[in-house]
Amino acid sequence: MSLQTISYSPINIGRWLVWLTFVALLILAPLLFSSGGSLSLLSLMGTIMIFALSYNMLLGQSGMLSFGHAVYSGLGAFFAIHAINLSASDSFYIPLSLVPLVGGIAGLTFGILFGYVTTKRSGTTFSMISLGIVELVFACSLMFPGFFGGEGGVSGNRVFGKALMGVSFGPQIQVYYLIAAWLFISTVAMFAISHTPLGRIANAVRDNPERAEFIGYDTQRVRYLMLILSGFFAGISGGLSAINFEIVSAENVSAARSGAVLLFTFIGGIGFFFGPLLGAIIGVLLTVMLSEITKAWLLYLGLFFILMVMYAPGGLASIIMMNFRLMANRLFIPLLPSMLKVTSAGLLVFFSVVMLIEMTYHLSLESAQGTTIQLFGAQIDTAQSSGWLIAAVAFIVGVAVFLRSRTSFMDAWDEANAEIERRIAGSGR
Amino acid sequence: MSVPALELREVRKQFGSVEIIRGVNLAVNKGERLAIIGPNGAGKSTLFNLISGRFGVSSGEISLNGQAIQRLAPYEINRLGLSRSFQITNIFHRLSVFENLRCAVLWSLGYRYSFWHKLSALKDARAQAEHVMESIGLSWRRDTPAGLLTYAEQRALEIGITVAGGAEVILLDEPTAGMSRSESDAAVNLISKVTKDKTLLMVEHDMSVVFGLADRIAVVVYGEVIACDTPAAIRENAKVQEAYLGSHAPDQEVL
Amino acid sequence: MEFTVISLLNGLSYGLLLFMLSSGLTLIFSMMGVLNFAHASFYMMGAYLGFAISKTVGFWPALVLAPLIVGLAGAAVERIGLRAVHKHGHISELLFTFGLSYVMVELVQLIWGRAAVPYPIPAELDGPLFTLYALAFPMYRAFMMLVALLMLLVIWLLLTRTRIGLVIQAALTHPETVEALGHNVPRVFMLVFGGGCALAGLAGVIGGNAFVTEPAMAATVGSIIFVVVVVGGMGSLAGALLASILIGMIQTFAVALDWSVLSALAKVGLSVSPEFPVYRLLSITLAEVAPILPYMLLVLMLIFRPKGLLGTREG
Repeated sequence: MSLQTISYSPINIGRWLVWLTFVALLILAPLLFSSGGSLSLLSLMGTIMIFALSYNMLLGQSGMLSFGHAVYSGLGAFFAIHAINLSASDSFYIPLSLVPLVGGIAGLTFGILFGYVTTKRSGTTFSMISLGIVELVFACSLMFPGFFGGEGGVSGNRVFGKALMGVSFGPQIQVYYLIAAWLFISTVAMFAISHTPLGRIANAVRDNPERAEFIGYDTQRVRYLMLILSGFFAGISGGLSAINFEIVSAENVSAARSGAVLLFTFIGGIGFFFGPLLGAIIGVLLTVMLSEITKAWLLYLGLFFILMVMYAPGGLASIIMMNFRLMANRLFIPLLPSMLKVTSAGLLVFFSVVMLIEMTYHLSLESAQGTTIQLFGAQIDTAQSSGWLIAAVAFIVGVAVFLRSRTSFMDAWDEANAEIERRIAGSGR
Repeated sequence: MSVPALELREVRKQFGSVEIIRGVNLAVNKGERLAIIGPNGAGKSTLFNLISGRFGVSSGEISLNGQAIQRLAPYEINRLGLSRSFQITNIFHRLSVFENLRCAVLWSLGYRYSFWHKLSALKDARAQAEHVMESIGLSWRRDTPAGLLTYAEQRALEIGITVAGGAEVILLDEPTAGMSRSESDAAVNLISKVTKDKTLLMVEHDMSVVFGLADRIAVVVYGEVIACDTPAAIRENAKVQEAYLGSHAPDQEVL
Repeated sequence: MEFTVISLLNGLSYGLLLFMLSSGLTLIFSMMGVLNFAHASFYMMGAYLGFAISKTVGFWPALVLAPLIVGLAGAAVERIGLRAVHKHGHISELLFTFGLSYVMVELVQLIWGRAAVPYPIPAELDGPLFTLYALAFPMYRAFMMLVALLMLLVIWLLLTRTRIGLVIQAALTHPETVEALGHNVPRVFMLVFGGGCALAGLAGVIGGNAFVTEPAMAATVGSIIFVVVVVGGMGSLAGALLASILIGMIQTFAVALDWSVLSALAKVGLSVSPEFPVYRLLSITLAEVAPILPYMLLVLMLIFRPKGLLGTREG
């Protein structure tokens, strides 16, 4: 995949600052967003962030597009919930804070098992195989209710044993901090792995598998190892999910969940280490909050994803970093006018499309509830043509202005970036 | 008589019903520089692909320092001490120049699939990569993503990746393809420098490069070696002259 | 005996339907290197359009119109979307079609709702073709096979006997050369993509009423056709045919058989008590396992013959 390459490496003090800020945010987040709903959201984000990072070990770092990563997190979740139940019934004890490790080991083991088969092929074939495996596991989960709990799944109670220093992991805030701790450990670990020989060779295999063979590396072995490691961290995220929700079902090992992590990771940006973190946050926000506002949320998510694939394949992370790079080179301000023009035209198109979609949804799926809908604070009657007309006109105008201002913006953008390339090239000799 | 560094015995290769390599016999001595020349389509690149393990032979034997390698995978052959470059530049375009070279040295330094060594702490890897980077003249482009280099710089990096791992037998596939005269001359100097004391096998079309570097020249026509001798002898060889001048006009300088 | 014959025919018709889908996928993949994740969504689109057109003008016009519309939609998608992504590489193309599959399912639900729609088999094709003792072989299944075989013939003739087919075959391996010779390679790509989608749409029109027409139909059949393509061998139409029929047979037979290890043991006089550790495993019937059999085949194929049945190229 030929993404535009950019290099922007902050100096070392910057790196320490970034990690410290990360820790600070993790610690302070629940204090800033302290409502019950927010805590659940933050906890969910935490588990998905680990999941997305583990997924990017495959996609962004090794060039492996998997449609079935939920196998490892889901199986990790199942083993974790059983560990919780066993601990609660005293047949086997493991403190709750170490349960994610059970999930991790399960993910690791299945990574070894399934990875042996799936990494025999690479590229598109690997992607197809990964879908086959997740469907296999999903179907099996419905076949063996003894382990997988059938339709209702397996539930457990995370409060067991004696509370240590008042910490029983009953309240959500305590669960949040457990997740945050594992998130930090996992992030550090995955970051470290990306700076090891295996991590770097995985990048090489991503860029040019053939050449990697000719510098002495068995690319299949490299991909297999990365998958195993990725499965480990996915399993940790599954274990945390089991703790957070106290229930694990077939949905945890579904293709749908695998698709979701792919969507989130890609939207966040696969070319940067922090991309998946961003993608998990935004993805969870979109999924949870958007689904409460509109029934068409999955349509919006899909369209957003497609637009990203087409126009910003580096994800939100790359958009941010490229703008930072422009700012660092003092080329951002001159770009602002054309950028604002394009953005406002884009917003017009966006609002008109939302209007059209919402009105159509209402007509086709909710017509029993009358013909008016609430949109952006205004009442719109879907039976009248006025709303439709406004939306259609706004759409056409928006698209026209967008297409026209896009060319001049793209030219200015390309020129600014070319200028930066020139500066990099010229600065060497 | 010591074991040749690289030896091909009755090597044949068929694609479907077409035999591309029709019984090649060749021996390259240790430390020798052998250039392979021949008309287009003669099978020179195919030979390289057979030696480096990219394709399997249909029959025949290829041995590296006496060890049979014709059935081995490319990475196994590389680990035994043979490294090759590619005609179409084959680099890691999203990694920086330095990272490209560091990757090329990791296996030979024994780091294998380690995910517990911190890359930046590996002093030997860094030193060796920087040494190669220096010798190919790309130190000033250390942090540039390889995909953004100029064509000639990428070719130099290609050669750098090939030799960085310390392989004893180096295969260069048209290293000066697409280069101008001055770029080619610079490339010849570079190749001379980095393959000192190594065994070099080279496919080339540019005759001045060939005569500047080669100890011996092997001429491949229609999948067979029709002559293998010193440059001076090849010049005088009637069969070679016929191959180049007889059936069709040469597409480069006359020998 | 009659069960075997009827099941063979049913398996064959289902297998041929799978082939209609996987052939389009293989063609698109072979020609353009794009794995069309949304291929099954075009199948779904064909079924829904077949339903809608059947309701208004009838089944026979739908048989012609629906695939045409789906084909045009596919060509439009290629022209507007895929082409823009082409320069970013195969992973981006795959991701584009992946996002498209989500959007298409949502659009279908937007228009027709979340429940299954009653897409009926046309009256003239309803009913048994013949009966063997008590078991009937539906006329409609025979019709499906006929359509699939005709389509197969048409594709084969198109690729081997027409000029456009030759251009397509050439563009497969040497797109730049073909373009240099004056052929419009992007247009060929658009044609191939649209054609592949039209095939999927046709499969939808005839499959939607034989099976169920609902938003989940794309996901159900989507992963199976991936298995078909990998098992058959990437890039091989003949392999896809073989694998489709094999999987069609396996699933049709398995679903109807109640065999399990337990029942086999019982036949030789051994009985196992429910307390026995792997009792659940032994008691599983073939019918219960039927959904996962294609995936097990996939795993076995990967272990023993990674190239697939008739594979010619790496994915």
